[in-house]
Amino acid sequence: MEKRELKPREVKLMKGNEALAEAAIRAGMDGYFGYPITPQSEILEYLTVEVPHRSGVVLQAESEVAAINMIYGAAGAGGRVMTTSSSPGISLMQEGLSYIASAELPCLLANINRGGPGLGTIQPSQGDYFQAVKGGGHGDYRLIVLAPASVQEMADFVFLGFELAEKYRNPAMILADGALGQMMEKVDLRAEGSLPKTVPPWATTGKPKERGPNVITSLHIQSEKMEEINLHLQAKYKTIMENEVRYEEYQIEDAEYILVAYGLSARIVRKTVDLAREKGIKAGLLRPQTLFPFPYERINQLAGHAKAFLDVEMNSGQMVEDVRLAVNGKTEVFFKGRMGGIIPTPEEILEVLEQIEEKSAALQD
Amino acid sequence: MIKGTVKIATELCKGCELCISACPQDCLALTNNINLKGYKFIQLKNDACTGCTNCALVCPDAVFTVFRQSKSSMKKAV
Amino acid sequence: MEDNTVLEDLELVYEKPHTLSDTAFHYCPGCGHGVAHRLIMEVVEEMGIEEQTIGVAPVGCSVFAYHYMMVDMQEAAHGRACAVATGIRRLLPEKYVFTYQGDGDLAAIGTAETIHTVNRGENIAIFFINNAIYGMTGGQMAPTTLCHQITSTSPYGREVEAMGHPLKMTDLVAHLPGAYYVTRQAVHTPNAVRKCKKAIRNAFEYQKLHKGTSFVEIVSNCPSGWRVNPADSIKWLEDNMLPMYPLGDLKVPGKN
Repeated sequence: MEKRELKPREVKLMKGNEALAEAAIRAGMDGYFGYPITPQSEILEYLTVEVPHRSGVVLQAESEVAAINMIYGAAGAGGRVMTTSSSPGISLMQEGLSYIASAELPCLLANINRGGPGLGTIQPSQGDYFQAVKGGGHGDYRLIVLAPASVQEMADFVFLGFELAEKYRNPAMILADGALGQMMEKVDLRAEGSLPKTVPPWATTGKPKERGPNVITSLHIQSEKMEEINLHLQAKYKTIMENEVRYEEYQIEDAEYILVAYGLSARIVRKTVDLAREKGIKAGLLRPQTLFPFPYERINQLAGHAKAFLDVEMNSGQMVEDVRLAVNGKTEVFFKGRMGGIIPTPEEILEVLEQIEEKSAALQD
Repeated sequence: MIKGTVKIATELCKGCELCISACPQDCLALTNNINLKGYKFIQLKNDACTGCTNCALVCPDAVFTVFRQSKSSMKKAV
Repeated sequence: MEDNTVLEDLELVYEKPHTLSDTAFHYCPGCGHGVAHRLIMEVVEEMGIEEQTIGVAPVGCSVFAYHYMMVDMQEAAHGRACAVATGIRRLLPEKYVFTYQGDGDLAAIGTAETIHTVNRGENIAIFFINNAIYGMTGGQMAPTTLCHQITSTSPYGREVEAMGHPLKMTDLVAHLPGAYYVTRQAVHTPNAVRKCKKAIRNAFEYQKLHKGTSFVEIVSNCPSGWRVNPADSIKWLEDNMLPMYPLGDLKVPGKN
């Protein structure tokens, strides 16, 4: 097929899934390997339309298991590669992810999270926080996890995800949800070809005479060697924690009640903050944009002068464990969650916040 | 008769003896010595080797390098 | 060998390829893996393609294949070599990509990846070592284990009613339109080795021509897993393996 010219910067109205797919092409993605699953199939559909006359390769794999292993092979061959799926499919990829993390291959994943456990529901959820942030597969490893809260960030975090993945030779994941994937918003798309690319020296591209064979592996039979690999990985994760924490704050300056939420929940909580302020409750929002690395330090700082924290998620309470670790007993941490694909309303969160405020006022009297 | 010989990387040999049955000239045998890996290894037991390469073909440990009398030297001999 | 005049006139007729490392194989005495490794590397060297070749190692006894084959290689998860090879080959369409897989890897846990990779006609060579047993984990039943064969997980013999039949993967993939060249070879005799090498050469040559998938089964022995000595394992292979897995081409370009 005839190749079109590189696209310039453009502002468009797009679905979150499509913005993510378009951004991937613009970020110079060399390969996409995926499998259809609701609510993210638009990504594969969009790429099968666009990629043949733009750049890279796209392949519908026979399963998520195959897709993530194609990613392993293609990333090992030095490509900038991506796969996307939704919760049950991401579960199937965990084995491959563990291998990719251990072999230190850069790649980007997106999990358009739906409600679980099991086959669950196709409605939006944040039930995969633990799986994304705490490892998911076997062994001690971490993904870099980015949590977009808008269609704009669905696109921006593709660039950021590739950048961080390649900088640290580590898989990065965009953890969004079905609503972010399906909603339409204005998006400012970066110019195609604006993300620099080099073939890494460790890639298996065929061995020239000047060097020995490049080997991509996660197998180190000797315990001493395997511990060395683990120490290296942990040191890398520490560097990531020191340098790559990203978050956004809203009305945090004078906030007495700090709400913590990511992704779709954060959009709703933002409205709750406005409603609370109207009622004279000094509320503010801290929205982690990176879930790993998590903004422990900033939350701990805020805990020094906040009356209470309220963590809001579309699950049974997962990120709240990290918020509690960060707060470290300095003040109380409350949780409000909805499950099964139900999105909480700003009002029902406000109700919880009002109860917390009453309780806290009573304690002070 | 064509003359040949083999060079044997005895330290790599595991004494599996597959070369013995592959050799049409019956010129290979295990030594009574043991290599660093603890295996009895293979050696030429006579000079009947023709350099046919059968031993090298079946050897799982690639221990054989095979030589054969050159054609020019055969002519000279005639 | 005291005749020095003869020695002086000797010319080299065989040496192992330089694409094969000098590292001693970790395989048990008599194991066919070493021969299969060597043949692949001989072909790569003879075709002069070592700078363009990328191999994929499996999980199984040959998990360390990359210690011996001196080309760029990737170690795949158990059963996923074909998917990994697909990823490599799609990104690098002009390179030579091969997988090296055992029967457990290719025909049990990796069945789906194998079938779909061949069905897409990925331009790769698949080398399938069939020794009817899980060697590395200590001799458990494999998908290709023969009827009534005793293994550590079929201690009374493989009863097909309960454990299923030996899976003839090579016959299965030969039916797929994406398969261009399908053959079953062995490495237990000098002649078999010569034929096997020819088949491996074909597999790489067809890849050069972008013809689709080449699939070479290599029926091999596992003296340790079969609980026999190396010499007896050759006889066991001939008496038991070959009747079930007869050698020869299953799909040859222009003939099917």
